[in-house]
Amino acid sequence: MLESYLPILVLITIAVLFAVGSVTFSFIFGPKKPSAVKLAPYECGMPLIGTARERFSVKFYIVAMLFILFDIEAVFLYPWAVVFKRLGMFGFIEMGVFIIILLVGYVYVWKKGALEWE
Amino acid sequence: MPEMLSLSNDPILFLSVMVAKILVVFIVVVLIVAYATYAERKIIGRMQTRLGPTMTGPLGLLQPIADGLKLFFKEDIIPAQSSKFAFILAPMMILVPAFITVAVIPFGDFITVGGYLVPLHITDLNVGILYILAMAGLGVYGIVLAGWASNNKYSLIGGIRSAAQMVSYELAAGLSMIAVFMLSETLSLRGIVDAQAGSVLNWYIFSQPLAFCLFVITSLAEINRTPFDLPEAETELVSGFCTEYSSMKYALFFMAEYANMIVVSAITATLFLGGPAGPFAGPINLLLKIFFFMFLFIWIRATFPRVRYDQLMFMGWKVFLPLALLNIVITGAVIVF
Repeated sequence: MLESYLPILVLITIAVLFAVGSVTFSFIFGPKKPSAVKLAPYECGMPLIGTARERFSVKFYIVAMLFILFDIEAVFLYPWAVVFKRLGMFGFIEMGVFIIILLVGYVYVWKKGALEWE
Repeated sequence: MPEMLSLSNDPILFLSVMVAKILVVFIVVVLIVAYATYAERKIIGRMQTRLGPTMTGPLGLLQPIADGLKLFFKEDIIPAQSSKFAFILAPMMILVPAFITVAVIPFGDFITVGGYLVPLHITDLNVGILYILAMAGLGVYGIVLAGWASNNKYSLIGGIRSAAQMVSYELAAGLSMIAVFMLSETLSLRGIVDAQAGSVLNWYIFSQPLAFCLFVITSLAEINRTPFDLPEAETELVSGFCTEYSSMKYALFFMAEYANMIVVSAITATLFLGGPAGPFAGPINLLLKIFFFMFLFIWIRATFPRVRYDQLMFMGWKVFLPLALLNIVITGAVIVF
């Protein structure tokens, strides 16, 4: 356990040091001449209109919700795939039923138009 | 037959070999990242009958170093309206997962060090693929955070688009890989490489051609490369989630993009092309396969226009997802009958 995950811990440390180090380095050595216009959000040079903390399309939430549903399906399929050859016919039918139930939901979502983008 | 080097039989040698392997892999990845930018500009230049960089050093070979130095000494602008902590954190949150995913890629067989067998990978997790998927998932946070923290309309749209795109294609990419595990019966990348050993015909690209195509296309979308680079669509969103970034923080986004290209190429080579198997030494074979896929990605960028957002979502949810499920059912049926 320790033997497998210790290298990852070391690699994470090196990667974090590299990222923090390069940002700090440029922060220290770069010039600093801030002005009100320079620090304003970029909007193609036009005067700002409102703020970016706006509402955005509800479609994105639907995608996020569907992702969770289907990702859980995928997570169930991983351990099944690993032992599939040992399960044989039983595993095939078992997972077939599981996928068909999900397909019903998928077809419903499709027919409801949740996957349409205009 | 020499013993396998482990933490119990020689802790000091184990730790020093581990650190040496990590440093070598890390430096190689950083070097490939630096020269991938050069290769991309050179190759795309040639494909568009331009020369690409020529002035810095012989054939412009010092261009990545000049670019890096320039970005180091640029002004680090943090917009006044931004959420400062998240703004600084975001580029690191994209770069770190990209770099640590390489830990599970096997890059050769075994070598003997001080009388012990040393495997040529940083680590071999029994849940290697889940580790890769987890790290790919972390990358989404960085982009969304960058888009939101900038407090810029273009960045926000780029960030949200990117989140929706990456989760949609992660699904199809995850499902297309399952057919490979049904054949290999393991999630460890070393195990998958071993399952393809023997002859070239054992490589999963021949038994899983559909999964291979799906995986390459969906990974292209997951790492936001052309033709799926909508998060940074420069003609409509200026530069998407990295519009407000400057100096080294901006460079981190680019390093992460190229590091992700390396990682995706390495995973594709491991899952479908036998990993380090081939005519030369292990690491060279793997590097050649990685370079092949990176050339392919650059070639695709020079060839295809960007897809529209509705086309992107259409393909992800209505084409790739059903095809990946179909591939699982076909593979299952072939194994059972």
